[in-house]
Amino acid sequence: MDMRLTRRRLLLGAAAAGATLAVRPAFAAAAAGDTIKIGILHSLSGTMAISETTLKDVMLMLIAEQNKKGGVLGKQLEPVVVDPASDWPTFAEKARELLSVDKVSAVFGCWTSASRKSVLPVFEELDGLLFYPVQYEGQESSRNIIYTGAAPNQQAIPAVDYLMNDVGTKRWVLEGTDYVYPRTTNQILQAYLKLKGVADEDIMVNYTPFSFSDWQTEVGKIKAFGSAGKKTAVVSTINGDANVPFYKELGNQGIKATDIPVMAFSVGEEELAGLDTKPLVGHLAAWNYFESVDAPANKRFIRDWHSYIKNDKRVTNDPMEAHYIGFNAWVKAVEAAGTTKVDPVLDALIGVAVPNLSGGFATVMPNHHITKPVFIGEIQGDGQFDIVKALPEVVGDEWSDYLPASKDLISDWRKPLSCGNFNVVTDKCGGAAATGT
Amino acid sequence: MRKLVAFLVLVACIAISGVTQADESRLGGMINALQGSGEFDFAGRAAAVRALVASGDPHTAKILNELENGQLYADPDSNDIYLQGGTDDNPTYADPVTGADETDQVDPDSMVKVKINNDVRSVIDDAMNQLTLMSPDHDARLKAAQAMLTQADPRNLALIDKAIAAERSADVLRALKAAQAVILLNTNATYAQKDAAIATIAAQGDQDAIGILTEAMANAPAELKPDIRQHIDAINRSLQLWGIGQNVWYGISLGSVLLLAAIGLAITFGVMGVINMAHGEMVMLGAYSTYVVQNLIGSYAPGLSDYSLIAAVPVAFLFTGLVGVAIERGLIRWLYGRPLETLLATWGLSLILQQLVRTLFGASNVLVSPPSWMSGSFELGQMQITWNRLVIVIFALVIFAILQLVLNRTPLGLQMRAVTQNRRMASAMGIRTPFVDAMTFGLGSGIAGMAGVALSQIDNVSPNLGQNYIIDSFMVVVFGGVGNLWGTLVGALTLGIANKFLEPYAGAVLGKILILVFIILFIQRRPRGLFALKGRAAEQ
Repeated sequence: MDMRLTRRRLLLGAAAAGATLAVRPAFAAAAAGDTIKIGILHSLSGTMAISETTLKDVMLMLIAEQNKKGGVLGKQLEPVVVDPASDWPTFAEKARELLSVDKVSAVFGCWTSASRKSVLPVFEELDGLLFYPVQYEGQESSRNIIYTGAAPNQQAIPAVDYLMNDVGTKRWVLEGTDYVYPRTTNQILQAYLKLKGVADEDIMVNYTPFSFSDWQTEVGKIKAFGSAGKKTAVVSTINGDANVPFYKELGNQGIKATDIPVMAFSVGEEELAGLDTKPLVGHLAAWNYFESVDAPANKRFIRDWHSYIKNDKRVTNDPMEAHYIGFNAWVKAVEAAGTTKVDPVLDALIGVAVPNLSGGFATVMPNHHITKPVFIGEIQGDGQFDIVKALPEVVGDEWSDYLPASKDLISDWRKPLSCGNFNVVTDKCGGAAATGT
Repeated sequence: MRKLVAFLVLVACIAISGVTQADESRLGGMINALQGSGEFDFAGRAAAVRALVASGDPHTAKILNELENGQLYADPDSNDIYLQGGTDDNPTYADPVTGADETDQVDPDSMVKVKINNDVRSVIDDAMNQLTLMSPDHDARLKAAQAMLTQADPRNLALIDKAIAAERSADVLRALKAAQAVILLNTNATYAQKDAAIATIAAQGDQDAIGILTEAMANAPAELKPDIRQHIDAINRSLQLWGIGQNVWYGISLGSVLLLAAIGLAITFGVMGVINMAHGEMVMLGAYSTYVVQNLIGSYAPGLSDYSLIAAVPVAFLFTGLVGVAIERGLIRWLYGRPLETLLATWGLSLILQQLVRTLFGASNVLVSPPSWMSGSFELGQMQITWNRLVIVIFALVIFAILQLVLNRTPLGLQMRAVTQNRRMASAMGIRTPFVDAMTFGLGSGIAGMAGVALSQIDNVSPNLGQNYIIDSFMVVVFGGVGNLWGTLVGALTLGIANKFLEPYAGAVLGKILILVFIILFIQRRPRGLFALKGRAAEQ
């Protein structure tokens, strides 16, 4: 506990020192408090550090670049980095601290749905603004959160469509880690598959604990399920640490992508970094961005990233692009609103369009989700993905149309409706209590 | 639309091949057709691959290989295809047939990779298999024959017949005959042929055979159906028996991982009584030692990199052993007899070590590549055994045996037992107890480090590696009986096998919970674990 505090203070100190150094030449006369504070709420220790540390770095890079361009509204930006240590209650505690002690204008953070669910009430109570950069299960729309990651219809559904139409899959294994994102996503996918006429006995759902490492039985089961004479594919919502042992076991048991392809929703360039990908060539992932996207904006981003992090081997991934979009959208909205106050910025955010890294534009929609293109990629021997299918931009759909509980709900945060869960059948706003699952 | 494009490409190919031109330019045209009508025209690409194979040109194998390795690039303006060479920053482009450098003819920035997807990949693999079915290399033939079996394409029947006539090796022949049988079953073969085919497939006796037979059921002649059903039932029965064997193996293999993780703790906690929460981090340090050793060998003696794992074993033992001695001397010796403080101090230490590694190596996973002799699997009857698991099982048992020898047959082991059983008496007999304490703790830590070498092969090498094993390790040691190595062995294997038998029925999550509940109940009945120490040693 002590260590965590010390580390945090150190980081804070370093960040503050860096900011003052940067400020001094340009605004020698400006008072020390005359900066805009941005909160960065990503785990730097514990299990999620593996994924979230990179997002902290990319935010620092984006803020530094913006400061070089003169900051926002003539003021420099000051990052406030905190470490919630992969612990969900700590996320809420740190979010409260950022909003009420540091008085940050916006927060960029969270990875797992559990951490987002934990900070959501804090952001709604203290009227903060959170940019959430990771693909998630949907079934939520908060006034105070901008979801820059993919909703299920921007990742899971197109991926299943690809498996069904382009690969010809007839039998489905839904394999996931046991927590809210895989469970909700698989619920939606099961409903969707049944709608498409897939029989119950052709769907196998299986869950494993976090950090699961002994995949022998599960992979054996997948192999047996796949040898029924119909084309079988695995849809994987396995999260974090458990992926590496899963893929190692797949490779060792000789399951090739041409026989049983695995389509993953949480495996990107960063997760493949600890793996020998040669036995995995051809396994799939669905994202809204891949490092291999061929676009000038992406080339520039990768170059900037490599020079900022001083390591040419560091990869870029989808949530990094989400922060890139979220940050630029925030800057644009603040400049349009002429203030960093949350309410005017929230109003200004809707309809803001900023370039994404694949050559298109991302627009913030009234439901606080953004438009995103969908890419299906195949793993290559060098740890990168080759895009094998590119679909045009789609709007994130927060309330799934395939679940009975949410099919009549929509979200629209424009005035005068301003409702996150408006029921189009009863014509009533469900109130805050119905957010989330 | 796609089909139309594919058709046009095919027509183009045929048209090109029909014209009497120099062979080379005809081949060039067929290669250029690989680009199809654009980046995502995989159907066109697959058709172009087929056309290339059908041409029988001697360059085919080389070109397909380059395509599969992602070395072919297309010029988007002319759709001409080039072979990329050189480095990532400074690529060169050459004619794929002649190999002549033509970098100056293209704009390197606009070149597009000729991508393949799984469909094209399987077409290429099939083509390669057709080419290797007659290869002199036994393994290549076997792989090709097995691929023929899974794919069961009636167009390959003639090729398979030819290969059967020429084949000498029994296992390749078996695969070929099975492939032949599957194809016959799905075509308009005679009744007798189908009957024989069913027997051949049933003789395989595996899950695939059930799939093939179930599929064949649908369009089999009515009089064959009961026969097929009988075969399916028989295979199912035998598979059930094999399934038990497979589960036992999975259990032993999980047990060996538990044993590896726990055996070091059996020394530090079991023998010395130190509640060492930093034990998992010793495992993690061992895994990172493997990473460092592998990288050093990779850069200074790349020829030996297949053996870097073996070299890492002593390095990891010495390194983590030294770290263990340092921890004992610097921290734990001040805390003997105060279990709560030890627990908190070692817990803090584990966080420090994790963050230290995170700062040094980064928060992401690092890559420890598996050596070739630990990749893949082999079949034992209907059981599949992966090499890495087998090696780990053997490794765990060897470590256990060595540890038993050290404890029971060496002077150091004698002193260790003496000190832990009665410190003051041992001291009175002239044993340097502080030295023995440090050595014992170092030994336990060193063994945890060796476990890390093995675990780097199946798990993430990340700063969190150790945390995933600490609970399991304590569970095994407490269950097996504190202070008894045999207890740790039996405990680890029992828990592993029980877990694997529960998993198919209860699922991985519930299975783990059930195991924990079982251990709690067991400890209620037998507080000292499976193998309780008796006599004076148990009373302290």
